[in-house]
Amino acid sequence: MNTSVAATHHHGPASGIGRWLFTTNHKDIGTLYLWFSFAMFLTGGCMALMIRAELFQPGLQLIQPEFFNQMTTMHGLIMVFGAVMPAFVGLANWMIPMMVGAPDMALPRMNNWSFWILPFAFAMMLSTLLMEGGAPNFGWTFYAPLSTTYAPPSVTYFIFAVHMMGISSIMGAINIIATILNLRAPGMTMMKLPLFVWTWLITAFLLIAVMPVLAGVVTMMLMDIHFGTSFFNAAGGGDPVLFQHVFWFFGHPEVYIMILPAFGIVSEIIPTFARKKLFGYASMVYATASIALLSFIVWVHHMFTVGLPLAGELFFMFATMLIAVPTGVKVFNWVATMFRGSMTFETPMLFALAFVVLFTIGGFSGLMLAIAPVDFQYHDTYFVVAHFHYVLVPGAVFAIMAGAYYWLPKWCGNYYNETMGKVHFWCSFIGVNITFFPMHFIGLAGMPRRIPDYALQFADFNAVASVGAFIFGFSQLIFLYNVISCIRKGKPASARVWEGSHGLEWTVASPAPYHSFSEPPQVK
Amino acid sequence: MQRTPLGIAALLLISGHARADWEVNLTRGITEISREVYDLHMIIFWICVAIGVVVFGVMLWSVIYHRKSRGAKAHNFHENVLVEITWTLIPFVILIAMAVPATATLIKMYDNTEAELDIQVTGYQWKWRYQYLGQDVDFFSSLATPREQINNTSEKGEHYLLEVDNPLVIPAGKKVRFLLTANDVIHSWWVPDLAVKKDAIPGFINEAWAIADVPGVYRGQCAELCGKDHGFMPIVVEVKPQAEFEAWLAEVKQADQAKAAAAEKSWSLAELMETGEEVYNKACLACHQANGEGIPGAFPGLKNSPVALGDPAAHIDIVLNGKPGTAMQAFRDQFSAVELAAVITYERNAWGNKTGDIIAPAQIAALKQ
Ligand code: HEM
Ligand SMILES: [Cu+2]
Repeated sequence: MNTSVAATHHHGPASGIGRWLFTTNHKDIGTLYLWFSFAMFLTGGCMALMIRAELFQPGLQLIQPEFFNQMTTMHGLIMVFGAVMPAFVGLANWMIPMMVGAPDMALPRMNNWSFWILPFAFAMMLSTLLMEGGAPNFGWTFYAPLSTTYAPPSVTYFIFAVHMMGISSIMGAINIIATILNLRAPGMTMMKLPLFVWTWLITAFLLIAVMPVLAGVVTMMLMDIHFGTSFFNAAGGGDPVLFQHVFWFFGHPEVYIMILPAFGIVSEIIPTFARKKLFGYASMVYATASIALLSFIVWVHHMFTVGLPLAGELFFMFATMLIAVPTGVKVFNWVATMFRGSMTFETPMLFALAFVVLFTIGGFSGLMLAIAPVDFQYHDTYFVVAHFHYVLVPGAVFAIMAGAYYWLPKWCGNYYNETMGKVHFWCSFIGVNITFFPMHFIGLAGMPRRIPDYALQFADFNAVASVGAFIFGFSQLIFLYNVISCIRKGKPASARVWEGSHGLEWTVASPAPYHSFSEPPQVK
Repeated sequence: MQRTPLGIAALLLISGHARADWEVNLTRGITEISREVYDLHMIIFWICVAIGVVVFGVMLWSVIYHRKSRGAKAHNFHENVLVEITWTLIPFVILIAMAVPATATLIKMYDNTEAELDIQVTGYQWKWRYQYLGQDVDFFSSLATPREQINNTSEKGEHYLLEVDNPLVIPAGKKVRFLLTANDVIHSWWVPDLAVKKDAIPGFINEAWAIADVPGVYRGQCAELCGKDHGFMPIVVEVKPQAEFEAWLAEVKQADQAKAAAAEKSWSLAELMETGEEVYNKACLACHQANGEGIPGAFPGLKNSPVALGDPAAHIDIVLNGKPGTAMQAFRDQFSAVELAAVITYERNAWGNKTGDIIAPAQIAALKQ
């Protein structure tokens, strides 16, 4: 027995396609997730560019309204479930074992399944574009009865795809929880966990709590469509608003699932490049946990206009406003970490700084949206589009990019090209703002979201936003090029990589050995 | 170099805010509530700006002065319970200060009592129906912008996509209550100048109200994704002084009577085809398409279709009563007997459907009873 353990302990990756199909190694799986996510990011991005191209001018130029609705729906679903979430899972797979001093994830075989379900789910989802009647066209929130009684036949495929994505997420989350709770190196107490690990632990619990709710709501749809039930059909005694309650009970925590790991990444990067310990570690942990808990009692703020009783409206308004408190604490802590630091501005830091500023702007518009009587004016306009893109693009996506640059030298043993990284940053930063800032104005001026054509007074800002979108979109190719050339060759990186880096992942060589820690490291 | 991102962010912010104030901000509207909402919006906006200036200011300061290239040495503090508690509590207090006026306004908005006029608003794919309760006035309102403008083959008008054939007319200075519901999917009735946005949901009746102070024409749009023509579902509200409003009501009632009388006269095929084409273009074209071929998989074609060529009774039934569970709605209430007869006649004789059938308006009038 002993000899075989020793023999397997040092084997490297298998070769050929089999390495990727059957791998149970956390690094390989992390890599698969990240490439998959990037592919989806480009796919969803092309759809966004189609939307923005159509909206460049008033009138219908390029695509018809049916197809426009399919594009908005698929764009949202692909970005949320195909790009942002898998990217975070990929980072978790790569980094969590290294950060807690473990050789691999706790459940490696399940890990392989968690990933390989995804390409099938998305192949199924994308195939609906080719079906008669077209792809889902009812928005990423798929409100019934538009998505049941009035939906195209492809909705059944969409439902199965959602089920598969949900299964993948839950398995991934279980794995992450098991790894963090069981495989920590001796001496690594909970309050010594790196923040990225903490935020992912909390996110994983959110996932386990809400993915079954999503599965529930799509199953109810399936029943309504094929088995004659009337959950959401008023004519049969059902309740269309029930759909929204169930959906947003999943959907609101979901938006935090897309930001908490980002908080973790940024909390790793800022201290490194400010060369100072993170300010308020403990309050960061508590703030993250409070945001997660609060996220379960605010779902109705997406539904202020459905006609709720006054008491309900007030309760959900107050609860939503409360989220600004822990969110504020986090922002203040990041700024205090920079204050009196010794800062340098490598690409990961640039993305992290942009994250703090732009995410905060998104938080401000979130606070405005929380005020129910005013939300009646903002709701379902471009103001909301601006809000959630500020928290999701320069929020979640920038954090993911920051993380990718930050850990890239550790992953492949080479530095990426810093100049190219900075060019990528500036193009993205400028592009994002040109795209989404004007959306605040057209929203306030009265442009509803999800319309393929608009009144003349919205024309100028829409043209600007479309130009920005193309700048942002195409600058991602710089990133792709930079990553590929970094993997191929580049200045070799030392184990620590960054002057100010801290934590276990920087104690192993770069590139990281296939099995991160063969001896558990001791944490003081 | 490193300073620039923040500089740009700040610039964008400053220029952005200035603009928002001058031309593309929320409308102040024409009701007391809408002005209160506007003020709330501005208060919260300025609070956010103030917090932003402080937070981004400190950050900018650090970026400029606490950078390694300037020889800044990192200090060692990383915790201060007092500071952390303070910046938890202060935002809390600010939030309470915001919540108080917001609550007051919300309570006012929920006071649906003592309305002087009740109007039922029903959302259809993709038009609105307005029923003046107790007044025997009932009409549909749909997009008036010609398709050529949307397809860029003619110059766009000033109110492109924000114009309708029959606007909603309400009296100035009177409390009007809107009862909102929908016939098919969820829509949302939104008029920014009234600060009213409420979902119109099948099987539910929602309430909202407004006292419009200033006569004029106000425009809004459906705000809930309701299918293909969601972007083409405008709302136009005309606020008229009481006397003019009453004159308008009388006029509408008279026109309805004239329409009923027209059904009694006998119509020729050519006359019906002409009216029928107009109705078709307004109500049917969006789904069944100009060439009558529909959109495969989504909307059935009428050209050579069994319904349009077969038994007229079945054809009349589907146009009048719709097909439950599909996008084909009941047009019984939407059009007069003449219009319905005309469009059915049209469908049976256009695009090479040569049945030669004439559907008599009187026959439809009898069915509508
Ligand atoms: C201070 C924190 C935040 C507050 C107070 C807040 C508040 C709100 C409110 C009230 C809405 C509903 C607006 C409406 O539809 O009328 C909303 C929408 C939304 N928020 Fe936030 N938000 C915050 C942070 C975030 C974060 C961190 C994310 C995700 C990373 C996020 C993502 C979204 C999304 C995706 C929507 C729109 C969903 C849809 O209708 O499609 N928000 N937010
Ligand atoms: Cu609508």
